[in-house]
Amino acid sequence: MSLTVLKPGFLTTLQDRGRYGYAALGVGHAGPMDGVAHRLANALVGNDEDAAALEITVLGPRLRFDADTVIALTGAPFDACLDGVPVAPWQRLPVTAGAVLDCGRARCGQRLSLAVAGGLRCKPLLGSRATDLNAGFGAPLQQGDSLLFVASSAPRARWSLDPRPWFDVDPSQPLRLIRGHHFGALDGPSRAALYGTRFRIGAASNRVGYRLDGARLALERPLELASEPCAFGTVQLPTGGQPIVLMAEHPVTGGYPRIGQVAAIDLPRLAQRGPGDPLHFVEIDLDEAQNRYLERERELSRLQQAIAARLP
Amino acid sequence: MPTLAASGCQIEPLGEDILLLRFGAGIDRDTNARVHAAAELLRRVEMPGLIDLIPAYATLALHYDAPFWAGRDGEPPWRHLAGTLEAVFATPPRLAADEGRLVEIPVCYGGESGPDLAAVAAHAALDADSVIARHVGRDYRVAMLGFAAGFPYLLGLDPGLQMPRRAQPRLRVPAGSVAIGGAQTGIYPAQLPGGWHLIGRTPLRLFDPARAQPSLLLPGDRVRFRAIEADEFTLLAAATA
Repeated sequence: MSLTVLKPGFLTTLQDRGRYGYAALGVGHAGPMDGVAHRLANALVGNDEDAAALEITVLGPRLRFDADTVIALTGAPFDACLDGVPVAPWQRLPVTAGAVLDCGRARCGQRLSLAVAGGLRCKPLLGSRATDLNAGFGAPLQQGDSLLFVASSAPRARWSLDPRPWFDVDPSQPLRLIRGHHFGALDGPSRAALYGTRFRIGAASNRVGYRLDGARLALERPLELASEPCAFGTVQLPTGGQPIVLMAEHPVTGGYPRIGQVAAIDLPRLAQRGPGDPLHFVEIDLDEAQNRYLERERELSRLQQAIAARLP
Repeated sequence: MPTLAASGCQIEPLGEDILLLRFGAGIDRDTNARVHAAAELLRRVEMPGLIDLIPAYATLALHYDAPFWAGRDGEPPWRHLAGTLEAVFATPPRLAADEGRLVEIPVCYGGESGPDLAAVAAHAALDADSVIARHVGRDYRVAMLGFAAGFPYLLGLDPGLQMPRRAQPRLRVPAGSVAIGGAQTGIYPAQLPGGWHLIGRTPLRLFDPARAQPSLLLPGDRVRFRAIEADEFTLLAAATA
């Protein structure tokens, strides 16, 4: 069974939860930008949360299914149509052989997750099916590509999920930021500007990182640093003074000062913003950020279980 | 921040599911050896709830499963993990006793393979042959792999060859390029953007996800460069393709 790519869209990649266990070799984690949307799309079709699904960016692909299956769409609302009939996101819906799904364009937000029952198949590289564009592990979908999936006996019931707790692109909402190791090395005005001013996500932003236009930040005095590990959400300050937030496909190490860390609970919200969108930070301390993260993980896991209980 | 008494490292939470152990500040062999000894110990004891380890020059990051490490009494996971590490490191990790595996890297220096050799020579006030002689004249140590899959950061560059990075990074550095950036030397495993000075190129493939051991070089390995001519480069490149 397969789906055929009739039109690839702007940037459509296959992602599972990411490639873990090879960071010591310099291999990045990649994986979805909006991890919550990815996990819930998989949950809606009865997949393991590590199953490979499509991450669709801004302008979606057109896909033809050659077998009956069940799919789910989560993340940003796109003008998607199944055989010409509009379909709302955060839905699980049955697809019949020959059906064409046109994912359309994002009405707001950046990324749509599309899961197929049983998961999309491809040969894993270093234990993962996550596309890592810089490492050349996998590639964006091209016209004519075909992606395999297994025949599904999943129930064809159609239902939807309330996206509200899981999707938010309201630009007036601040993102919570933990102080980074080198926050104290910023000069006074820069410390104030990081938390007190508005930034805008720069044009040269992608799955690797978001550049923040706005106040130029400066260190009290220059720092010569040895490369250190960094993470999804790390805010680095390169020499020019324009902060960069590292995103899903970031390198595992970096040599720039780490001035902040976007709270994990806010990474999906950041991932749904894109070039030109405004951004401002409020401070959160690590203990609180970690507690909220655990809370979110508990809620998410309750929801995954509730969904699973409704699938036979 | 709390300090792990036994191993003498500082603990620094980097995020909600990643903790940094800091063994020192600089780029030196002793600190780096302690980083890798700690990583090796964590692998050997098969510490549960760890997702990935990221060893760097002076720091080791532990990517962990935060819900797994959630304390019963509301203790934040990172503190719970830090407490467990205290016990794991009660006996300081033994430093690797062996000298490390020696890997020889053939390099075609200068010309098209090393377009910045002349600039490095000028900066060092040496002729090109002396730069090559100094670069092949020492053994290096793989301090870490980072930046890209299989990119080795090598310790041990002759101080006379140090040179600040290019003001304008190249958008495309060819795979196999051997380069100098500040006090470091390294090898680009794939075509990548980069700001280091390119002095030569190796025909060896540094990283191949299809190999049983994808990375040619591993942390702790010793590296020795060997100068080769363009015709040997072509032969070796054909053999490794």
